[in-house]
Amino acid sequence: MTSPLAQRVLDGEHRAAARLMRLADDGAPAARQALTELFPHTGNAYILGVTGNPGSGKSTLVNRLIKSFRATGSTVGCIAVDPTSPFSGGAILGDRVRMQEHADDPGVFIRSVATRGHLGGLSRSTPAMIQIFDAMGFDVIIVETVGVGQDEVDIVRFADTSLVVLVPGLGDDIQADKAGLMEIADIFVLNKADRPGIKRLEREVRTMLSLHRAAADGQTTRPPICLTTAATGDGLPLLVEAIDDHRQSLQRQDRRQRSLTQQAHLIRAIARTELEILFEETATAPQFSALVADVVDGTTDPFTAADAFLAALLRRNDV
Amino acid sequence: MTAPTTYRILIGKPGLDGHDRGAKVIARALRDAGFEVIYSGLHQTPESLVRTAIQEDVDGVGLSILSGAHNTLMPEVVRLLTEEGADDIFVFGGGIIPAEDIPGLLDAGVKAIFTPGTPTTDVIDFVQTACDEKYGVQESGE
Repeated sequence: MTSPLAQRVLDGEHRAAARLMRLADDGAPAARQALTELFPHTGNAYILGVTGNPGSGKSTLVNRLIKSFRATGSTVGCIAVDPTSPFSGGAILGDRVRMQEHADDPGVFIRSVATRGHLGGLSRSTPAMIQIFDAMGFDVIIVETVGVGQDEVDIVRFADTSLVVLVPGLGDDIQADKAGLMEIADIFVLNKADRPGIKRLEREVRTMLSLHRAAADGQTTRPPICLTTAATGDGLPLLVEAIDDHRQSLQRQDRRQRSLTQQAHLIRAIARTELEILFEETATAPQFSALVADVVDGTTDPFTAADAFLAALLRRNDV
Repeated sequence: MTAPTTYRILIGKPGLDGHDRGAKVIARALRDAGFEVIYSGLHQTPESLVRTAIQEDVDGVGLSILSGAHNTLMPEVVRLLTEEGADDIFVFGGGIIPAEDIPGLLDAGVKAIFTPGTPTTDVIDFVQTACDEKYGVQESGE
């Protein structure tokens, strides 16, 4: 038995999908039910992650990529993540400004989402949103992360192909040697290639790759490096070709092995979200205030109190 | 319908005028008041704004118009939302709107019009109240 909301999503109704995405974003119990029902209908979409520094041109690039996927007849769902203000809890979600030329195309669905304090470059709800697009039958799902610096690399756990977008002029080659972002790329995109410093950036990335990948045994292929100017579209055909090559190479890999990895991450993400909800509930319960008072009054210590807190959290889970 | 944890608002610039300072000021003010604000960018059609509002599942749409085309564009957004079964999304507007045009716009279903000089707090209060009413929330948790 499928619930009405899940059924409407499966029927491809944008309004219902948008509503379910919001329920998922809010961590509402109704979302869980519908997502459970959608799960058997997922696993068909190709998921492309786009990450990189703030201002590196990710949104403009995504806009170009949507266009090229549409030209081949694929439908595209896009999740664009922007940061939540740590002070007000509000956010300005402006990524879609660069993508509005697709607003009238029924084959494109763009959803902006705020991080709401979640680290790692995605929102907590991003995996659920991917599932929803997937169940709706979108061929390609593009996930644009929040502008990231170094180790916000959650995207790699959910994407089939991860693009790392770099631009010239952001630092010396020590930056390229740092761990994190540089290690996750299936394809490097050096954007704003019309800017000074592009040759140097390309050299640095190449050097970094030759050192890293030579050290890792079994790694014979290096991720391709594509130079683009997203604003004009220069270099896009080669990038699209590189994406296509990577997608083909995935199809030759062990499907089950990839699914095992992706589902492991999904289960952990779901469990973590549930845990955070339980954690918040426990931390706002009156018993918690009593526990804090006990520590302040000296009748117990913070470590014993934390044990009591965890015991209360697990009891909550039983109910 | 239970209230969402965070209200979402689309700030849209329909039509041909390229002046978005006002829209950006309102977007920032709403962000600072804790709203999630989607900004459309310039030169949108009513159709693209309605599609955006639906995909983003916003609670309300704020339209900024300084070109004089408000009497056409604002009612058209209201009409298209209704046509799409999304008339629970409220519409408000701002910009250079002559006083004599305001009653007509309100009659057409625009929930409020804000003219130059309006303190941002007035806009925030309106949006907060309109969202609270939508979900039957008595008092916002401020």
